[in-house]
Amino acid sequence: MTTDTLRRPPPGPADPTAKAGRNRPRYRRHRPGIAYLFLSPWVCGALLLTLGPMLASLYLSFTDYDLFTSPNWVGLENYKRLFTDDARFLASAKVTATYVLISVPLKLAAALAVAMLLNNARRGQGFYRSAFYAPSLLGTGVAIALAWRALFTDNGVVDSLTGRVGWDTGGWINEPDYAIYVLIILAIWQFGAPMVIFLAGLKQVPQELYDAAAVDGSGRWRTFRSVTLPMLSPIILFNLVLETIHAFQAFTPAFIVSGGRGGPSNSTLFYTLYLYERGFSQFRMGYASAMAWILLITVAVITALFFGTSRRWVFYAGENK
Amino acid sequence: MTTYPQSRTTGSRLRGLGWHALIIAMLLLLLYPIVWLLTASVKPTDEILSSLDLFPTRFVPENYSTALDGIAGISVWRFFGNSLIVAVGAVLGNLISCSLAAYAFARLRFKLRGPLFALTLLTIMLPYHVVLIPQYTIFQKLDLVGTFVPLILPKLLATDAFFIFLMVQFIRGLPRELDDAAEIDGCGPVLTFRYVILPLLKPALVTTTIFTFIWTWNDFFSQLVYLNDPETYTLPLALRLFIDQTSESAFGPMFAMSVLSIVPVVLFFLAFQRYLVEGIATSGLKG
Repeated sequence: MTTDTLRRPPPGPADPTAKAGRNRPRYRRHRPGIAYLFLSPWVCGALLLTLGPMLASLYLSFTDYDLFTSPNWVGLENYKRLFTDDARFLASAKVTATYVLISVPLKLAAALAVAMLLNNARRGQGFYRSAFYAPSLLGTGVAIALAWRALFTDNGVVDSLTGRVGWDTGGWINEPDYAIYVLIILAIWQFGAPMVIFLAGLKQVPQELYDAAAVDGSGRWRTFRSVTLPMLSPIILFNLVLETIHAFQAFTPAFIVSGGRGGPSNSTLFYTLYLYERGFSQFRMGYASAMAWILLITVAVITALFFGTSRRWVFYAGENK
Repeated sequence: MTTYPQSRTTGSRLRGLGWHALIIAMLLLLLYPIVWLLTASVKPTDEILSSLDLFPTRFVPENYSTALDGIAGISVWRFFGNSLIVAVGAVLGNLISCSLAAYAFARLRFKLRGPLFALTLLTIMLPYHVVLIPQYTIFQKLDLVGTFVPLILPKLLATDAFFIFLMVQFIRGLPRELDDAAEIDGCGPVLTFRYVILPLLKPALVTTTIFTFIWTWNDFFSQLVYLNDPETYTLPLALRLFIDQTSESAFGPMFAMSVLSIVPVVLFFLAFQRYLVEGIATSGLKG
């Protein structure tokens, strides 16, 4: 009975807006209370766990907070020391920059190349797509990082293989010059997620454009440059932004491969690893907060740069240029 | 044999074969580390690092029984249980809070909708480290560090903004007429959400479930920060404890435990792989 009335109220007092010939009932917009009820978990989270903490960490970055005694204002001291008097910080910034600059472009290139290869599939595309995605799924965990460490250690599989061609590395993870490449290779190995997104984008490229290119006698490279790349550019921007943000925050593999210390000789001291060390091993929370804000500003500036320059290289279909 | 010209069939067949061969060769190279991990878990410890052979000379299933014995006197099942509590809590949290918020953003009218939704989008890009230290301080003052609360509560409060975005996009794709019909039938927003939107939102909810589960299961950083008692350790932390306490002498059991730790992810993957890759393709999720 009750459900019946809920479902089918008597049609008598008709919706006044319907009479006025409107397309939608109007009263929805006059009930903000309900909206905030639905939003209440989000509002609590945004205030207590996001905005509040953001402001708090900005404040803490100007203090010497150690978690146990109340914070003392030290002004720009933390920032000054980071840039002038902290070799480990500078090393971590350099390691992270290297990692981002090498791993992101190579990962996206691998993703695009394999996506294009798979896009021609006549059979088995679904299976291949899933199989290529598998590393992305497992690669962020500790288990694969452990395997990586063993594969690239002294006398490990990679060292033995390179030894056969006369290149004795002594284990990549023990060599300051090579250690970061262990992590870069691990990052590139996980190209599955951007690949799947590229693959979805490739399906959206109208076949007519390829036909037209073929009629014009364009070769493969020309077609790729003049059709595929422009049509994919919004997706390239999307993948580029997300992968860059992710790469800046990489932590687990570096922590596991280097045993938590970022060695050898700081060569795998990722930014987040050093932040963790300062904040949670040495309880220098003010200092770590300053590092967190430098990370935020860096990521924001780079994202803004990507979007700012995107007008020049991102092509949106249907847009007049 | 066929009515097709022989040469053309053979040619395209050969090209097709070549294509498959290329792809499979790439796959073998790519999946090698995973296969290596699997076989390492049944190798004798002294063979794991040195041997180039993928297959063990001697099959050592005892690695698994040693791994199952656990570490520091705690059984592996305990770590599994802890990981499961955290992952299930995170999944439920994200499903409930993100769907509520997404419905409000996609369908309800309120003054601050534009700016608040923009804020949601911005937080997707916010590095976790910026909020981590004050969050840690809050949980520490509340005496909740060392419990699962700091790992689950943020999900219940919709801090995974990406899933809100995902669901908003999905709800926007649903015909508004359904809401209007429900409204004419006398449903308020609560009933419309419950009986119209939620059932239709299922694909987005499945995607959210899969990714929240796998990401939480693989997460190491926040668990490392918040859990400090081995009794509460999740699998990633237990694995790390294993390295610290046993050094190189117990590589076999360590890899056995690694394999055990990825089993749920692999099962999820096999069960949902279609939704999984489609979820990424349609929403731009990252693995």
